[in-house]
Amino acid sequence: MENLKPTILQKKFFTPAVIGLTVLAINGIIFLMIRFLWGIGAVTNLNNQYPWGIWIGIDVAAGVALAAGGFTTAALGHIMHKDQYHAIIRPALLTAMLGYTFVALSVMIDLGRYYYIWHPLIMWNGSSVLFEVGMCVMIYVTVLYIEFLPIVTERFIGRVNLPSFLSKFNKPLDKFLRTLDRGLEKTMFIFIIAGVVLSCLHQSSLGTLMVIAGPKMHPLWQTPVLPLLFLLSAISVGFPMVIMESYLTSKSFGLKPETNILSDLSNIVAPLLGIYLAFKIGDMVIRQTFVYLTEVNTESIMFTLEILIGVIIPLRMFLSNEIKKSPTGMAIASFLVVLGVLLNRINNFLVAYNPPYSSKAYFPSFGEISVTIGFIALEILLFRFFVLNFPIVSLPVYSTPQAKFTIRGGSK
Amino acid sequence: MANQTRRNFIKTSALITSATIGLTNKSKAAPKYILSEDRMGVLVDTTVCIGCRKCEWACKVEHNLPTSAIETYDDRSVFNEKRRPNDKALTVVNEYPNDYSDKFPINVKVQCMHCDKPACLSACIVGAFSKHENGAVTWDTSKCIGCRYCMVACPFQIPAFEFEKALKPDIKKCDFCYEQRTSKGKLPACVEICPVEAITFGRREDLIKTARQKIKIYPNRYINRIFGEYEVGGTSWLYLASKEFEKLDFPKLGKDPAPGVSEAIQHGIFAYFVPPVALYALLGGIMWINKNKKSKEKEQEK
Repeated sequence: MENLKPTILQKKFFTPAVIGLTVLAINGIIFLMIRFLWGIGAVTNLNNQYPWGIWIGIDVAAGVALAAGGFTTAALGHIMHKDQYHAIIRPALLTAMLGYTFVALSVMIDLGRYYYIWHPLIMWNGSSVLFEVGMCVMIYVTVLYIEFLPIVTERFIGRVNLPSFLSKFNKPLDKFLRTLDRGLEKTMFIFIIAGVVLSCLHQSSLGTLMVIAGPKMHPLWQTPVLPLLFLLSAISVGFPMVIMESYLTSKSFGLKPETNILSDLSNIVAPLLGIYLAFKIGDMVIRQTFVYLTEVNTESIMFTLEILIGVIIPLRMFLSNEIKKSPTGMAIASFLVVLGVLLNRINNFLVAYNPPYSSKAYFPSFGEISVTIGFIALEILLFRFFVLNFPIVSLPVYSTPQAKFTIRGGSK
Repeated sequence: MANQTRRNFIKTSALITSATIGLTNKSKAAPKYILSEDRMGVLVDTTVCIGCRKCEWACKVEHNLPTSAIETYDDRSVFNEKRRPNDKALTVVNEYPNDYSDKFPINVKVQCMHCDKPACLSACIVGAFSKHENGAVTWDTSKCIGCRYCMVACPFQIPAFEFEKALKPDIKKCDFCYEQRTSKGKLPACVEICPVEAITFGRREDLIKTARQKIKIYPNRYINRIFGEYEVGGTSWLYLASKEFEKLDFPKLGKDPAPGVSEAIQHGIFAYFVPPVALYALLGGIMWINKNKKSKEKEQEK
């Protein structure tokens, strides 16, 4: 059996796709500068009726959900101790870390007074759901950085090489890294469990956020079990996100996909999606909101799309053995789950929200879309950077001394 | 001697208690929420209002908002469209057709309702809103971070945001003239200027009694409902009308306080931090058991 070991990938950073992503990122940053110079109103289509747009609905709400791969794989690999999944924990952790970093950034750009982002730390309001979400996300980002630290120490221990005049610090720094590494190894379990608990808390509370909007929210989505639905959907999107990311990484770097691990992961997706669907349908039946599906309007169409494309079709796909054997099949099914959760968050925060005195429905401006796409592009670029510079992606190790630098399925 | 020590003990414990209370008050900075029995309110009689919009002018002057001369407010063409309070006008008057007489349209003044159980106060991430003893719901600029969750939460869609400002954008809404007037026993600016006494300032309880009496004496003039008496748990501003409130663009709301469900969920998930701590312990236990299982398996393999 081949042995998998996290390895730094040896590839060029720039490819045509990377240049395209860079252009998108720069475009987003330009609109961000306009936002900071002339205010939120100068870039967005937000108004007093629609105070929240896609920066909250997509960048924050969907961003948090799609970064759920971090805590679901941590729970599976570390808490359940399923060792066969260790190869996917690091990429999932990196995705979560970058994901949450950009969630925090998105919150910041959306805040009218972004320079007061630290206020919740000392100004508490226990009844505010947003306060709880904010605190949880803040602590969780820190936990994610701590969980990522061992990868940094692993990368630099014995390899600290500062330029010229700083070189005398090489030894102390190496010693510091070793101490840090030992300390982290002993205490990591505390942070891993904390990460899972914090995730469960804020993934669900993100659902509670819109409950206070009451009748302003369409009854298809407005339900007191929203927090549970948000938690269940976050848990069920965690592994599909990992599958998709693993598939895209192997495609992008010309590696062989980890079909076995991904198939094993796929086996867990169907029951998770099934539970989510059961609660979603159960909630609809109990509150009898299916009557709203008989009228044809944006809400009913979006709800149907969300359930059909995002849950039912991928659920059926993940139950098929043929699809679970094909990496592409699994990636497509996973993409549908990801799309479904994205749609669900957009629906909850934007489509379902019908303020009483709006004259015109909200649609994101070009600037808002540019910033959102720019952030996603930046995230992918950073992911590429980390994978090329840190031991993240697991490759098989043969007993040759150069094994560390072998690239499976690569040119050499 | 025993007496002495007891007195000392009481002294120290009193000191400690007051110190702790002082500390917690400072560190938590929780929003102020007082629901006094003597809280004030304003009764708006929409059948009396003539739509002169003097209240709009007085409000702007009181809050240092730019305004044109008072004479320009006689222009009734603004009624052609429905307006909402925003960052440049904390109160506006709208006009609706009267089913019985074209000569006397119905005018409705709109502003913050100053809820008894405000959703904005419950929602605000930093507790920037306060409910004062006199009923006013105010916003604190030194706390606000501009997240606009209050706008999402408000059932009346009242708080407005200065979207055009890059630095220090404010949340703007009627503050019941708290700072300069009502906290000092003076009338709110709009009430003071109203030439026809369509708006009355007084104890909320008394206003409800007055409103009931009006409905009783003039059953043909009013519908039998005081808007704000029970809506979302009651509001400081109360309305009388000759026509269904929903037809005058009042939102259709239940009697339950707006923050009720969300606070119940929130406090359920965080009941004395028991659920999160229990989850932590449970996961820790599972992790420990699985780890032991794995190491035993390894030993057996050897």
